[in-house]
Amino acid sequence: MNIVVCIKQVPDTADIRINPETNTLMREGVPSIINPFDLNALEAGIQIREQTGGKVTVLTMGPPQAEAALREALSMGADEAVLLSDRAFAGSDTWATSYTLARAIDKIGADIIFCGKQAIDGDTAQVGPETAEFMGIPHIAYVRKIEEIKDNSIKVQRLMDEGYDVVESSIPVLLTVVKELNQPRMPSLKGKIAAKKAEIRKLGMADIDADENNLGLKGSPTQVKNIFAPETKAERKMIEGSPEEQVANLIEEFKKIKCL
Amino acid sequence: MPIVVKVETCTGCETCIESCPFDAIVMKDGKAYINEYCNACMTCLSVCPEGAIIEVKEPSPAADKKERDAKLQAYKGVFIFAEQREGVVVPVSYELLGSGRRLADELGTDLSAVLFGAGESEANELIRWGADRVFHCAHPDLNSFNDDTYTEVLAGIINEHKPAIVLAGATPVGRSFIPRVAARVRTGLTADCTSLEVDKETGNLLQIRPAFGGNIMATILCPDYRPQMATVRPRVMKRGEYDKDRTGELIQIESDNLNSRTKVLEFVKEASGISVNLHEADVIVAGGRGTGGEKGMKLLEELAEALGGVVGASRAAVDEGWVPYLHQVGQTGKTVNPKVYIACGISGAVQHLVGMQSSDIIIAINKNPDAPIFNVATYGIVGDMFEIVPLLTRKIKEAKGQ
Repeated sequence: MNIVVCIKQVPDTADIRINPETNTLMREGVPSIINPFDLNALEAGIQIREQTGGKVTVLTMGPPQAEAALREALSMGADEAVLLSDRAFAGSDTWATSYTLARAIDKIGADIIFCGKQAIDGDTAQVGPETAEFMGIPHIAYVRKIEEIKDNSIKVQRLMDEGYDVVESSIPVLLTVVKELNQPRMPSLKGKIAAKKAEIRKLGMADIDADENNLGLKGSPTQVKNIFAPETKAERKMIEGSPEEQVANLIEEFKKIKCL
Repeated sequence: MPIVVKVETCTGCETCIESCPFDAIVMKDGKAYINEYCNACMTCLSVCPEGAIIEVKEPSPAADKKERDAKLQAYKGVFIFAEQREGVVVPVSYELLGSGRRLADELGTDLSAVLFGAGESEANELIRWGADRVFHCAHPDLNSFNDDTYTEVLAGIINEHKPAIVLAGATPVGRSFIPRVAARVRTGLTADCTSLEVDKETGNLLQIRPAFGGNIMATILCPDYRPQMATVRPRVMKRGEYDKDRTGELIQIESDNLNSRTKVLEFVKEASGISVNLHEADVIVAGGRGTGGEKGMKLLEELAEALGGVVGASRAAVDEGWVPYLHQVGQTGKTVNPKVYIACGISGAVQHLVGMQSSDIIIAINKNPDAPIFNVATYGIVGDMFEIVPLLTRKIKEAKGQ
């Protein structure tokens, strides 16, 4: 199987805040990491290669500094890495990003494409399904378990709100995965050394047969108008006293908010 | 409309670098440089003390603009996708009708609902909740969710009827197939919106959504393409008025030869007795490491049951194997916004907070008075959950007369 894993380098978003006075972002010292769900995607790709043979290619779209994420993926066990980088891609929304990734994957060639279910900076969960659409192949989102792989088909469990669906798809297929799927491995020392020296293949606009009108800001239907801080919550209150008093107080509050 | 740095004005002070949420600004030859990570979010424009960062507007020839405007004008009406599960329309669909009705009235247009599968009685119910028209496709293949067939039929309806706005629930179903539809009809899609407004000047839809785990809100526009598409987070929009006498138009859509490359073989419901639909729950009782194991989680189940709620969990409790992943709230689990979120034995790591901080009311019960969970709690109780929770359950049952 030829497997392509799409990864994204993201700020470790948890600590990003808006300064309410200046309405600007404060992100001092927030490190860049591989999007956590993408590590599960990579692990899934490597496991399939271990079962069926083949090759795992890790792909990211971003500036030259995204190479660090690719090298980390190589050290975990990916065979090859592709950096999709071009000024023409700047300002891409999910539509343009997906279009660009799809054209690149067409070039690389893949039987199964893995993506994380969403990136933790944007949380859109749109790039996986949209990429599949642009490639003209099916997708299954929220994969929690891979049950069976044959030459031409795959059977997986898809996480839903109240349980899971068992879904079968023809191959080629794109899968987006949730954390429950597996436990990503740690990079090995040997892997780290090899990753340092590995050559990273670079693809730009001219290499992927893309329509320029569909790339970057020009190709993006959505625009960010502005950003702002979320509303702050109402007052906070600590309920003191003995456990009995605390519970009695809380019951009163429940009644006030009509929860009881 | 790229964002660029005016090299001659840039002093190389590096102020903008920290401000960028996407790591898109780097130093190059002593000047700031904006690279491919730029999302055109405009943050850096206001940060630069020299005003050296600007948005370059590409001039669009007048003729082009006229042609484009005429094309956009052809798109009219608000459509909502009414999701059903096992033949029953899910709650978020009625919330979409409430929101869609308001937008349609403001724009002076009408509201249509699209329903796949389910019976005619459900279609009529959508009219009573505010739809002027329902496109109903009762093909049996659409009874259960399938990306390929749902995409094909919805994209077909959009291409034929040209709505200006299309809304769907940000559920596992909506967030899986609506992106495909947007890609196919070549338009923008905004994920997981929590507020929708009409721009008074342009009539464009202002789509407001949280990003960075809810630490930032962003307003998104889709000015040059139609329809404007958005998925909407369950439980944030208000339902409209129910009118049992309301009438509307019911249009049956015929779809033959539906093709699909994927096939749903079976649906397996979560084994535990209590509902796990965290997205639609009014009350969530969540446990963390402090619950100490299954015994502690059992107490939370009892409290949830007494309140008619469901059980959630922090990553710690899921990783310990006390609760299935389906219950996990937080950055690598679900984002929830119930009316009441009761956090028991959860310290409140930022990764957990981003998944629940938009809940209406947060109650935190924790032994440690310095636990960060108290920073977001509406009501905080410092105490032992093994003492407080059973007592609370008993008192709630008493208050309910059980």
